[in-house]
Amino acid sequence: MTLEIVGISVLWIFLFGYLIIASVDFGAGFFNAYSLLTGRQHILTNVIQRYLSPVWEVTNVFLVFFFVGTIGFFPKTAFFYGTTLLVPASIAIILLAIRGSYYAFETYGSRGHKGYSFMYGLAGLFIPASLSIVLTISEGGFVSMIDGQPVLDYWGLFTNPLTWSIVVLSVAAVLYISAVFLTWYADKAGDSKATSLMRKYALIWALPLMITATGIIVELRDHNVEHYNRMIDFWWLFGISALMFIGTVWFVWKREKYGLALSLLIGQFALAFFAYGISHYPYLLYPHLTLYDGFTNPTMAIALIIAFIAGLGLLIPSLYLLLRLFLFNKDYVRGKRDNHV
Amino acid sequence: MGNTEAVFFSRVLTELTLSFHIIYATIGVGVPLMIMIAQWVGIKKNDEHYILLARRLARGFVITVAVGVVTGTAIGLQLSLLWPNFMQLAGNVIALPLFMETFAFFFEAIFLGIYLYTWDRFENQKKHLLLLIPVAIGASASAVFITIVNAFMNAPQGFDVLDGELINIQPLVAMMNPAMPTKVAHVLVTAYMTSAFVLASIAAFRLLKGSNHIYHKKSLFLMMKLGLVFAIATALIGDFSGKYLAEYQPEKLAAAEWHFETQEGAPLVLLGVLDGKEIKYAFKVPYALSILAHDNPFSEVKGLNDFPEDEVPPLYIHYMFDGMVMIGMFLLFLSIVYVFGKVKKFKFISSKWLLWVVVMGGPLAVLAIELGWWLAEVGRQPWILRGFMRTSEGATTSEHVDLMLVLFAGLYLVLGVGSIVVLRRMFRNNPVEQELEDRHAEKGGDFS
Repeated sequence: MTLEIVGISVLWIFLFGYLIIASVDFGAGFFNAYSLLTGRQHILTNVIQRYLSPVWEVTNVFLVFFFVGTIGFFPKTAFFYGTTLLVPASIAIILLAIRGSYYAFETYGSRGHKGYSFMYGLAGLFIPASLSIVLTISEGGFVSMIDGQPVLDYWGLFTNPLTWSIVVLSVAAVLYISAVFLTWYADKAGDSKATSLMRKYALIWALPLMITATGIIVELRDHNVEHYNRMIDFWWLFGISALMFIGTVWFVWKREKYGLALSLLIGQFALAFFAYGISHYPYLLYPHLTLYDGFTNPTMAIALIIAFIAGLGLLIPSLYLLLRLFLFNKDYVRGKRDNHV
Repeated sequence: MGNTEAVFFSRVLTELTLSFHIIYATIGVGVPLMIMIAQWVGIKKNDEHYILLARRLARGFVITVAVGVVTGTAIGLQLSLLWPNFMQLAGNVIALPLFMETFAFFFEAIFLGIYLYTWDRFENQKKHLLLLIPVAIGASASAVFITIVNAFMNAPQGFDVLDGELINIQPLVAMMNPAMPTKVAHVLVTAYMTSAFVLASIAAFRLLKGSNHIYHKKSLFLMMKLGLVFAIATALIGDFSGKYLAEYQPEKLAAAEWHFETQEGAPLVLLGVLDGKEIKYAFKVPYALSILAHDNPFSEVKGLNDFPEDEVPPLYIHYMFDGMVMIGMFLLFLSIVYVFGKVKKFKFISSKWLLWVVVMGGPLAVLAIELGWWLAEVGRQPWILRGFMRTSEGATTSEHVDLMLVLFAGLYLVLGVGSIVVLRRMFRNNPVEQELEDRHAEKGGDFS
C-alpha cells in the first residue's frame, strides 16, 4: 500500500465519520423543526436534545479534520478546489456557523424560540446540499483551465441533472440516517411515541434514497464513462450494500432489533461510500488532478501519518469515554439524569 | 474583477474573519484555565463561591466557544479558499502543525462536552476537575500549533527551493522556526492575561451595579491576581519579541518604531504623527530602541532606509505598536496597584472610580490583542511567506470575493450581537444570589 492510498483512506474514513454523525445531527434538527410545525414537539424534543447536547461540537471537528487533512496530504487540492469552491464552500460555512452558534444560543440562552428552531432545521438541509456540490465537481466537466487557473462553470453545474440528483440523494440520506438512528435512540430511551414517529419517517425516506442512488449510477454513464465502468467493476460491493439496506428497512418495518437495523445502515453506507470512493480512483478532480499528482512530499506524508496514529491514540479512548457517558449510559439516555451545566 | 481587486478583498475578508475570531479564540484559550483555577481553589478552600464561579464561567464559556468554533472553521476553510496558491506551496511544509491543531481541537471538544454535562454526576468534585485538565490543555495546545503555522509564515524555514520546486522538506525544522518561541509564548500569556482582565471587569461591573456580594469580590481579587502574574509574563515576553524582530525581521521593528536611519544608540519613538518622513509631536526615549533590540544602549539598529522600498511594511503599524504596549503597561500597573492595595487593605480598593477603571481593563485588553495581531500581520507585508511569496501571488483568482465579504460581514454581525444578547440574558435572569439560594435549597450547601 503506498502512502497516497494510506492518506486518502484516512481522509475517506473521516469523511464517512462526518457523514454519519452529521446526518444524525442535521436530520435531528429538521425533524425537531418539523415536529414544531405539526405540533408534535413534545414527542421528539427531549430525545433529540439529550442526544445532541454533548456531541454538537465534536461533529464539527470531523469536518475540520477532513479538510485540514486534505490540504495536508494533497496540497494541490487547495489550488483546484480552493479556487473553484469559493462560493459554495463559503455558503456552507455560513450555514454551519448559523447552525452551530444558534444551537448553543438556543440551548443556553432562550429555550424554545421558534424562529431559531426553524433556521436550525432548514440550515441542516442546505448544508448537505452545498457540501455535496464538491462530489459533483469531482466528477469532472465543470472545471476548465483558463490562463492556467481553474474556473468553475456555474451555469453548467446548476443546469446539470447529476448535480440535482446528488443534492436530493444527500438530503434523503441525511433524513433517512437520522430517522433510523433516532428510532433506535428513542427505543433505547423507552420512549414509544418518539420511536413510532421516527420509525414512520425512516420508512418514508427510504424510498427517495433508493430512487436517487440508482438514478445517479445511470446518470454517471453519460457524464463520466470511466467512473461508471469502474463502478460496474465493483457491482458486488453495491449489491451487498443494497441487501443491507433491505435488511434495515425490514427490521424497522417489523419494529424489532433496532440495534441491528442501525448496524446494517452503517454497513450499507460504509460499503456504498467506499465503493464509490474506490471507483473514483485515481482521480481527485477528474481529469485534472490525480491522487499521485496532488500528493505531498514523502517526508511530510510520513510525519502526518505518525501524527495521525499518535492523535488516534488520544482520540479513540476519549471518544469511547464520551459514548459511554452519554450514548450508552442508560440513565442518561432515559433522561433520569439531567446533568445540565 | 482583476487580480488586484481579488487580492484586496481577500485581505479584507481574512482580516475581518481573524479580527472577529481572535476575540472568541483568546477567551477560548484563557477561560478554561480560569475555570480550572477557580474550581481548584474552590475545592482546596472548600469554598462554594469559587465552585459556583467555575460553574457560571463554564456556562458562559459555552456561548463563546460556539462562536469560536464556527468562526475557526470559517478561517480554516478560508485559508484554502482565499489563498489557494499559498496553501498549495505552504501545505507541503507546514501541514503538520495544522493537522496537530485539529487533534488538539478534537480533544478539547470531547472533554468540554463531557465536562459541561457531568456537573452533578460525580460525587467527588475532584473527578470533575480532572475533566477540565484536558479541556485547558487542548485549548492551549491548539493555540500553540496554529501560532506555529503563523510563525512559519513570518520566518519560513525547513525547505529549499530549487528551480521553483520545494526540496529537502523537514516538517519539524519548519515548526521550530525562530519566530516560534516568542510568538507562541506571547499568544498564550496574553490570552490568559486578557481572559483574567475580562473576567475581573465583569466582577467589577456587578459590584458597581448594585450587587455587593462577597462572590464578586472573591472573583475580582482572584482575577486581578492572575492578571498581574500574566501581565508580568507578557511584558517579559514582549521584550523577547522585540529582540527576535531586531534579529530576524528588522523591517517590521523599524516600521513599528519609525526608525529610518540605521544608527547606534537608537531612540524609541512614542506616539507622534508622521508627515512624509518627518516625525512630529513624538516623545523620544534615548537609547531605548537599542536596549529593546539588543539589550545594549549603544548597539546598532537597522533603519528603514536600508531596505528596498517595496519590502517595507506600511508605517501606520506604529500606532498599533504604541497602543498595544501602552495598554499592556497600563494593565500591569493597574493590577499591581489593585493587588498591593488589597493586600494592604487600603480603602481606595473599593472606591467607585477604581472599579470603573477595572471595568475598562477587560475591553482594553481585548483591544490590545487586536492591535497586536494587526501589528504582527500588517508588519510582514508585502509578504505572505516572508522572503518567498508575496501576498499578491498567494491570493485566489475567483471573481466573487467581494460578495463573500458582504455575506461574512453580515454573519459576524449576527454572531456578535447574538452572543452578547444571549450572554447578558443568561446572567441577568439568573444572578448569583438567586443561584446560591437555589443550590442551598437543593443540596444544603454541600459542595465538597
